Amino acid sequence: MPILETRELTVRFGGHIAVNAVTCAFEPGTLTAIVGPNGAGKTTYFNLISGQLPATAGSVLFKGEDVTALGPDRRTRRGIGRAFQLTNLFPNLTVLENVRLAVQARARNGVDLFSMASRHHDLIEKARHYLDRVALTARARTHAAALSHGDQRKLEVALMLALEPDIFMFDEPTAGMSVDEVPVILDLIEDIKQAGDKTILLVEHKMDVVRRLADRIIVLTNGTLVADGEPAAVVALPVVQEAYLGIRQREAGNG
Amino acid sequence: MTLDGILSGDRPRSRVLSVLLVAGFLALLGAPFLFPGTKALGVAERICIFIVLAASYDIVLGYTGIVSFAHAMFFGIGAYGEAIALTTLPVGWGAILFGVVAALAVSAVLATAIGFVSLRLRALYFSMMTLALASFALIMATQLRDLTGGEDGLTFSLPRVLTPAFRLLDGPLLGVRMDGRIVTYYLVFLATTLLFLLMLRIVNSPFGRVLQAIRENEFRAQALGFSIVLHRTLAGVIGALMATLAGAMLALVLRYNGPSASMSFEIMVDSILLMTVIGGMGTLYGPMLGAIIIVLAQYYLQPGMAVLSGMFAGLPVLPRLFDPDRWLLWMGGLFVVIVYFFPTGIVGRLRERPANDG
Ligand SMILES: Nc1ncnc2c1ncn2[C@@H]1O[C@H](COP(=O)(O)OP(=O)(O)O)[C@@H](O)[C@H]1O
Ligand SMILES: [Mg+2]
Repeated sequence: MPILETRELTVRFGGHIAVNAVTCAFEPGTLTAIVGPNGAGKTTYFNLISGQLPATAGSVLFKGEDVTALGPDRRTRRGIGRAFQLTNLFPNLTVLENVRLAVQARARNGVDLFSMASRHHDLIEKARHYLDRVALTARARTHAAALSHGDQRKLEVALMLALEPDIFMFDEPTAGMSVDEVPVILDLIEDIKQAGDKTILLVEHKMDVVRRLADRIIVLTNGTLVADGEPAAVVALPVVQEAYLGIRQREAGNG
Repeated sequence: MTLDGILSGDRPRSRVLSVLLVAGFLALLGAPFLFPGTKALGVAERICIFIVLAASYDIVLGYTGIVSFAHAMFFGIGAYGEAIALTTLPVGWGAILFGVVAALAVSAVLATAIGFVSLRLRALYFSMMTLALASFALIMATQLRDLTGGEDGLTFSLPRVLTPAFRLLDGPLLGVRMDGRIVTYYLVFLATTLLFLLMLRIVNSPFGRVLQAIRENEFRAQALGFSIVLHRTLAGVIGALMATLAGAMLALVLRYNGPSASMSFEIMVDSILLMTVIGGMGTLYGPMLGAIIIVLAQYYLQPGMAVLSGMFAGLPVLPRLFDPDRWLLWMGGLFVVIVYFFPTGIVGRLRERPANDG
């Protein structure tokens, strides 16, 4: 049984259909890459799955249950983890406190009113563990706002790890990272994949990365799912070649 | 228990602030002996009560970011709870207990309802809704004469232990007569200390950290799995319950309650809001300092101005400028100056300077 399924999932912004009747199922323990040109609707599709955006039509099924009507907090509590493309942190809190909050969310003691948060050493230790996994231990006491872009991306990922979800949604996790920072994130994704029981959705433009990590690739253009299959087969498709080439040209232009 | 345990790990983090807080605490602890006299004792009591009230508003405004103008309503509910219980039931501890429990129940229900509504309304409309609710409560308090005594309010008696007629000791202690007023003061002082420390604990608990996270980035807090409705509503209820307790203390201290004593917009704006903002939102220590400063100003600014005005008699303009009737003008001026120079409040300002870090 698929762990996650979207059926005819659709969202409209005024007259513009950003995600158009996407039907797709994700098997547990697999890594699916989602590719497509900028503005294709990949982030919007993620928003519909994790609940940041209500769907105009269609449904989202998680572990066999319809979660379409649930808010993002309840979907997270059910096991949907999300790292955002546009870094979305608690800027004036320390790096450690950012992760500690995620650990606390996972531990479900948000309504513990009478104990001191600073005395929950188990939660703090766990937070340190996840900081270690994204190589941010040295920055633990820095405010999130003071981190470099690359470090903020890592912290973004650490928050998702700390939630210990069943499904990890990475939205361009390495975008804008320097070359030496990228492996930290890719190794991490690989580690999660190796563990075997976790499901991963990965939006990523770097086709070499996608080919190496993905079990399957789906392609979105203009909000529509246009291709779905084995990486080698999908990469060879003209639509993907087109999109991929477009990105290559743009990156070359920027660089 | 360690100091960190008592303060829930939330140290003042500024040497000047530490000194001010310790001085304030000691002054209140020794108030009946340091500042003898009925008026001074009344001022000290009022400071204690407003410390609880302003701190409770800080949980709502500063820690949770809810701009509610209905906080004085909860203060009034607490005061009316006691006043109505003590005028309708036989005077005694049972009536006092009943009054406070009934008031807490009413406040809890109202605050829960407000919390759920807050999620449906945009911030501005929500604030206006609380304003409307507060007006409605005030109108109810003045109109339901049979229950509330209308504009005149309710005057009532207390158990003998809490009255001036009661003698704790036969002779004076350090020159001060140990009567029921002193007993009342120390009960209020003790309750204030415990409630303040409890609030300090709550804002530093895992729950308090979630409030901080919501204030920082509500979208992300929700994405982490925290329910915004639950946390905001609970924070609102806690703030309301604390304000209710402060109101109950006010009624007991005054042995009276009426609309202007506890529920008015003057209390909401000139006291609660002013104390919290001037002291420093989201710090709890700030509203404590704010309460001390504002209550002192309310009591001593006017007489102080009368003295100044007298001193300048015969000179042009000055006597009129310091006319006691202009004290609100000076309060307003004080407010503007403090907000302009300390936008993060006194505590925010004190904590900014690394040199002060203790
Ligand atoms: N909240 C929104 N309101 C209006 N339009 C939106 C909103 N979010 C996304 N869009 C539009 O939907 C389309 C898909 O965007 P997005 O999902 O971010 O693309 P991708 O992540 O594939 O680059 C874009 O045209 C974008 O402008
Ligand atoms: Mg995107």
